[in-house]
Amino acid sequence: MPLTELTAFQIAAQIKQKKVSCREVLDDFLARIDAVESRVKSFVTVTSDEAIKRAEMLDKRVASGEDIGVLGGVPIAVKDLICTRGVRTTCSSKILENFVPPYDAHVAERLAVEGAITVGKANMDEFAMGSSTENSAFFPTKNPWDLSRVPGGSSGGSTAAVAALEAPLALGSDTGGSIRQPAAYCGCVGLKPTYGLVSRYGLIAFASSLDQIGPIANDVRDTALLLQAIAGHDRRDTTSIKREVPNYLESLTGDVKGLRIGVPKEYFAQGVEGYVQDSVRTAIDKLCELGAEAVEISMPATEYALATYYILAPSEASSNLARYDGVQYGLRVLEPGDDIVAMYSKTRAAGFGHEVQHRIMIGTHALSSGFYDAYYSKAQKVRTLIRQDFERAFEKCDVLATPTAPTVAFKIGEKTEDSFAMKLADVCTIPVNMAGLPAISLPCGFHETDSSNMPIGLQLIGNLLDESTLLRASHAYEQATDWHKRRASL
Amino acid sequence: MRLLPEEVDHIALLSRLELSAPERERAANELSQILGYFEKLNELDTENVEPTSQAIPTVNVLREDVVTLSLTPEAALQNAPESAANMFQVPRVVEAD
Repeated sequence: MPLTELTAFQIAAQIKQKKVSCREVLDDFLARIDAVESRVKSFVTVTSDEAIKRAEMLDKRVASGEDIGVLGGVPIAVKDLICTRGVRTTCSSKILENFVPPYDAHVAERLAVEGAITVGKANMDEFAMGSSTENSAFFPTKNPWDLSRVPGGSSGGSTAAVAALEAPLALGSDTGGSIRQPAAYCGCVGLKPTYGLVSRYGLIAFASSLDQIGPIANDVRDTALLLQAIAGHDRRDTTSIKREVPNYLESLTGDVKGLRIGVPKEYFAQGVEGYVQDSVRTAIDKLCELGAEAVEISMPATEYALATYYILAPSEASSNLARYDGVQYGLRVLEPGDDIVAMYSKTRAAGFGHEVQHRIMIGTHALSSGFYDAYYSKAQKVRTLIRQDFERAFEKCDVLATPTAPTVAFKIGEKTEDSFAMKLADVCTIPVNMAGLPAISLPCGFHETDSSNMPIGLQLIGNLLDESTLLRASHAYEQATDWHKRRASL
Repeated sequence: MRLLPEEVDHIALLSRLELSAPERERAANELSQILGYFEKLNELDTENVEPTSQAIPTVNVLREDVVTLSLTPEAALQNAPESAANMFQVPRVVEAD
């Protein structure tokens, strides 16, 4: 069996037991990347040379009897908005096409400490704005299950890399569903941690009150393993939570007896395909067979989450992206006779793609004099109502179960002309970011389309900082099903 | 309600984005559509609702005011489009007498 078919957990164990070397593992993954990357296009940059040097260094440490970390020798794909010192970090944008960070993000430091080997920087929607990875300024990534379909987004490259076995693990980021929705589309497991569990230091900001970095993998154990490696307090992110990180692997007991699963009716409504609703309901039944208990609930503010999100996230983005002005880094467009405002405006028009410009304008308008109360301030209040829905739900439930996305992955080009239709792909994931909660997407079935058999995602939502319960329920479901064992044939 | 061309121009100026004529037209359509969708929030009475700016509120995160290692000027300037004398260089913003 090629080493690419092992889980991260198995790879780390085999390296530790000296059954294989880091270099042998890496060589298999680099060969796999060579074989499939021209079709899938997961990566903006493949970092083979750096990875080989690192694997050889780690092998020397293994040979001398050192413990090289919980991810020792495991290859990983890193979304290209996580700063990596000396390695180009583009955000899949022309404005950062040649940006080489002078420092590592906190999570990049954590990966280094725990022995992971970064094999590449993964493609994404430009500045994480999008749901299909078609907004990359460079090229779209393809869904490994059907190359005519999108992998989802914005962490589409990270997720496609895992689904295509180009890496057993990936880091993504999730502002409104950007880890969970591509995980659903590609048949992977993707977890958005509680806001503040993972440091955002060195994460290129989109909407700072919503952004969170999280793991993508092919099963729940690997997801827990990577979460363990990146979670924890970091003083360089002032929203980072000071609290001892639990042992997530120990939470995978398989026991869900008495677990109360909330099923909010608003997530099984118009716009969510019948086949998705059926698969998710069947998954909930499976959890109940294992001893959990389903509780029907209502979360009336849900239908307002999308509008709220498209005020708040662009508002924060319009502020965060003000820094791309052709002064400190990135593209500069300056023509003879231009003053500084002309330089800013030409640089930004040339450097940002259409969707990013669209969202900057939404946010700028929502925050501007005369409109602030009607849009931004109103949305912040509705955000409170959305948060309160979740607070009430968790008074009587331990986790909530919903679809991750309303459909399976759509065709490339199908929604690019209608940015509003594209936004509906995130309708089930957005409310979670509003409340800062952890949530996971797991494969829970397949749907036969005209061109292929496509994965469907189950979303489980946990209470604040209760990743352990979320992972326990996910793992129990996974043990009782075999959706996660299916692989795309490439 | 459709945004007027001068409203689109004002938003583009505040956003520091130079738009071509077709881009202005497309922005007018797309911004008008999404601003129309935002009207949905007016169905909710939020008179007595406190705003949420962060899901998990944190206040006054402080640290000791001590000198630590930071980026060298060379590292900070390595991505600058133009620099001179350890500074970022920009077009003249103050007119000479």
